[in-house]
Amino acid sequence: MRWCEAPGFYIGHEVLERYGCRMADGLVLTLKLVGISSTLGFVLAIGLGLLRLRGPKPVRYAIAGYTTFFRGTPLLCQLFLIYYGLGTFRVFWQDLGLWWFFREPFYCCLLAFTVNTAAYQAEIIRGSLQALPKGQMEAGRALGMRPTAIFLKIEMPQALLIGLRPLGNELITMIKVSAIASLVTLFDLMGATRLAFARSFDLSIYLWAALIYLALVEIIRRVWGLMETRLTRHLAMR
Amino acid sequence: MEKYLSLLSFGDTGWGDELLQGALVTISIALATLPFGLALGLLVALASRSQSKIISGLATLYTTVFRGVPELLTLYIIYFGGQILLQRLWSGLGFSGSLSISPFLAGMMALGLVLAAFSSEVWVGALNSISKGQREGAAALGLTRGQAFRLVVLPQLFRVALPGLGNNWMVLLKETSLVSVITLQDVMFIATRANVATKEPFLFFSAALLIYLFFSILSAWGIGRMEMRANRGFAR
Repeated sequence: MRWCEAPGFYIGHEVLERYGCRMADGLVLTLKLVGISSTLGFVLAIGLGLLRLRGPKPVRYAIAGYTTFFRGTPLLCQLFLIYYGLGTFRVFWQDLGLWWFFREPFYCCLLAFTVNTAAYQAEIIRGSLQALPKGQMEAGRALGMRPTAIFLKIEMPQALLIGLRPLGNELITMIKVSAIASLVTLFDLMGATRLAFARSFDLSIYLWAALIYLALVEIIRRVWGLMETRLTRHLAMR
Repeated sequence: MEKYLSLLSFGDTGWGDELLQGALVTISIALATLPFGLALGLLVALASRSQSKIISGLATLYTTVFRGVPELLTLYIIYFGGQILLQRLWSGLGFSGSLSISPFLAGMMALGLVLAAFSSEVWVGALNSISKGQREGAAALGLTRGQAFRLVVLPQLFRVALPGLGNNWMVLLKETSLVSVITLQDVMFIATRANVATKEPFLFFSAALLIYLFFSILSAWGIGRMEMRANRGFAR
């Protein structure tokens, strides 16, 4: 017996035992999708958030448009546009040598999730940067620090502290919405569960999947709580 | 270009009228879910402030569960679970034949339960913002607890809760797209069907996106107006 069959076996849940390994693989895929897209999205969001505030005017407007668009429309629709819509320009992608990317539902999902979460995270980072008191930057300048140094050593550490909790919430949201990957033929946790249900008509398998998602979200919440207490320990003294 | 315009036109050959109908369904389910979800959310918020540990624990459990489980999963559980439950009830009453739950109702329930969990947090924040003195004042005037809530607390609650509830509404509007997977004929469903029929996914999903974007921008504007109106008595 493989380890992933064990929970179903010990609980005495036949369907969970039979599909346990598929669901475990699905969980790994979910984590991969969310992990990669959230990380890439975060890197993008720092640039976008900063340019949204201090870039040249056209850039500022462009980024405002970008965030409004991706935050104002459902991720499901964005995913379908990328997966089905961009997939129709096959010849174009082949000419560019990018067809391998748009052919794969996994990469399409990654792209959709990344651009979506980047928009949300950019807004969080923008808000956090704006929340910093002006005196911080002025003090940095008075000390003769260069703008890059001020940004990296003074602004960013504090802004990320302010944005820590909303960024955690965004990560949790991503875990939840990643379930729609199952709608473009991917077997993430949701996809594997749908398969198990379609073959067994045992509704309780959905409840087990719900429990797994719940556990995942709870773990992130706890870890984030620990991170917050640790990172703000210099503020707790007051 | 001509081809695309004809595909989006109204009438037998175009999908324009179908898309508009889908937009109407999208707005309908969002509007139908809103009062149910907000009212349930307020109840959950009140429960979480209850003196009884059991009631407040149940409220916490409720929000933890419905905030942590993917909406798509909740939707499936309600839709298929509701189906099975209804069927058992129907057969249990001695009727024959099969019953099915409407996608609209299932979607409304699933989205409403999730909305309740998220809006309860907003309600709790708003309830906390109303100082204890207000309730004491109401009690001193001889108002019962029910009257104090209805006449003193509730009218003030809305103003404070409005920005948070506005966010909840925007999230709800986008989440309705999920109900297309249980065959509710909303914008998303129509776009998918049009794609199958015409093999023009880029056109139709772009059209769907623009419809959602329009609703979002309209909502943001409307919520802004409502906030301004709610805050008119408060100097900034």
